[in-house]
Amino acid sequence: MAIDKETVKRIAFLSRLKVDDDKIEATEEEFNKILQWVDQLAEVNVDGVEPLISVNDGCLTLREDEVTEGNQSEAVLANAPMKEYGYFTVPKVVE
Amino acid sequence: MDRMTDLTKLTIAEAKEGLKKKEFSTTELTKAYLNKMDECRRLNAYVCETPDLALKQAQVSQEKYQNGTAGDLEGIPLGIKDLFCTKGIATTACSNILKGFVPPYESTVTSKLLAAGASFLGKLNLDEFAMGGSNETSAFGPVINPWSKDVPLVAGGSSGGSAAAVAANMCAGATGTDTGGSIRQPSAYCGVTGIKPTYGRCSRYGIIAFASSLDQAGPIAKDVRDCAIMLKTMSGYDAKDATSAKIDVPDFEAYLGQDIKGMKIGLPKEFYVDGLDKEIAAYWNKAAEMLKARGAEVVEVSLPHIKYALATYYIIAPAEASSNLARYDGLRFGNRIDGKHLDDMYINSRTAGFGKEVKRRIMIGTYVLSAGYYDAYYLRAQKVRRLIREDYLKAFEKCDVMLTPTAPTAAFAIGDKSMNENPILMWLNDIFTVSVSLAGLPAMSLPIGLSEAGLPLGMQLVGKAFDEASIFKVADALEKDVDFRKVR
Repeated sequence: MAIDKETVKRIAFLSRLKVDDDKIEATEEEFNKILQWVDQLAEVNVDGVEPLISVNDGCLTLREDEVTEGNQSEAVLANAPMKEYGYFTVPKVVE
Repeated sequence: MDRMTDLTKLTIAEAKEGLKKKEFSTTELTKAYLNKMDECRRLNAYVCETPDLALKQAQVSQEKYQNGTAGDLEGIPLGIKDLFCTKGIATTACSNILKGFVPPYESTVTSKLLAAGASFLGKLNLDEFAMGGSNETSAFGPVINPWSKDVPLVAGGSSGGSAAAVAANMCAGATGTDTGGSIRQPSAYCGVTGIKPTYGRCSRYGIIAFASSLDQAGPIAKDVRDCAIMLKTMSGYDAKDATSAKIDVPDFEAYLGQDIKGMKIGLPKEFYVDGLDKEIAAYWNKAAEMLKARGAEVVEVSLPHIKYALATYYIIAPAEASSNLARYDGLRFGNRIDGKHLDDMYINSRTAGFGKEVKRRIMIGTYVLSAGYYDAYYLRAQKVRRLIREDYLKAFEKCDVMLTPTAPTAAFAIGDKSMNENPILMWLNDIFTVSVSLAGLPAMSLPIGLSEAGLPLGMQLVGKAFDEASIFKVADALEKDVDFRKVR
């Protein structure tokens, strides 16, 4: 599967990254090289094979749904680049 | 030996002994390491040094030795890969997007080390978000391999700072993390010993996530025994990480020195890849002979799907990374560059904050997870991952431990042009390590000798799930025969 310039732009936006206009062609080329390389997986017969989502089968455990470390709003906000009145602040979303 | 005149040459086990016998104090030991850090600053192994904290911790430890309450790592100065959140100490993952981030909490692994009495000398350099095999993607620049001669060589990656710091005696031991080889490959390049335990052995809580189904913490140290000492402390179930295993942690040190007679050592035939370095192939044979001489039985095993491991890894790891790194939004922590709208702010912050390799992997990951491509790439890769794991399970019916080279070459020069131009060439350095990560199995790299050019080469020992003990048994035997400390 090959990708084109439009796909590069779409994937960049989905990733919330900007690819400069003069880099789009190089990015397209590089991605196609990588995709061509991973396309070798198409030759593997995976009929009837379940996808492996986790290697630790049987180890996954549930804990009680309870507050363990509450009332930490100061610590949570400590690294926020911008905050006000105990909230994270964002650029205006609603006009 | 000049070990008593240079305390930084002592292993953790030797340092503990000396501290117990009051041959030197924890402060003297810590100061020796601080001096070494000064001397070796050009290696760029540390990205943040915490000398005051280390000296304060040393004082506390000295009292514990005096009143007989010393922990397993009491007074031992360690370096911490800058991927572990350390409370009150800047933690960056060596990315500009996290510059200035000071975690309000401590990772489980580092809190266990602290509880055992260890002190922290500082935070160690790595590839940005652990994505890389040469430490060159770090926002702080590459680490220089202490074995470099005329040309500066890479320390390997992603735990390049950890491996270089241990090799140059800038810490007694270090923490690393391994997603596709990030503990083992730099350990091989720097002539030190490192183990990635079974997935689930160590808690991932507080380790900045790269690919969550693969990430594991582990120690990098001067020898096998030190790895055993550190891993015991670092391991164990943690309610804060649902993937950490509720399985007892054995005393790994107790397995050192045990007879390996009758143990079956598997050599996977598919690892004899085309163009395998002749010196590495020769050392591989030599290591097998050494184990045979101790009564182990060497058997050939087969991992038929292994050739698909790299491609599988470079779908799954970027997919998980693209998802994990979505959290860097310029809002809650890290670098923020404003924009007119919310999306502009996200895009500006992320574009300025992430480096080239991280962006590449986020975009590949986003692509293979996107509508219309998910089945063809991500789902297929997860299925091939199961086939790879089943290959290992089947091969381990015939052997107890597998022996392979750690990396296809010795350390290469910083700024290698062909690798910088072609990311796939760089990724090929992981060829012997990624499949083990995909299968979730434990594996250690230990030095086997020097190349003709005088650079260290490593061998990898792979074990069954949660059977690090067998790795330690075999590694200890191999280490005794190799006697790399003398080679150095």
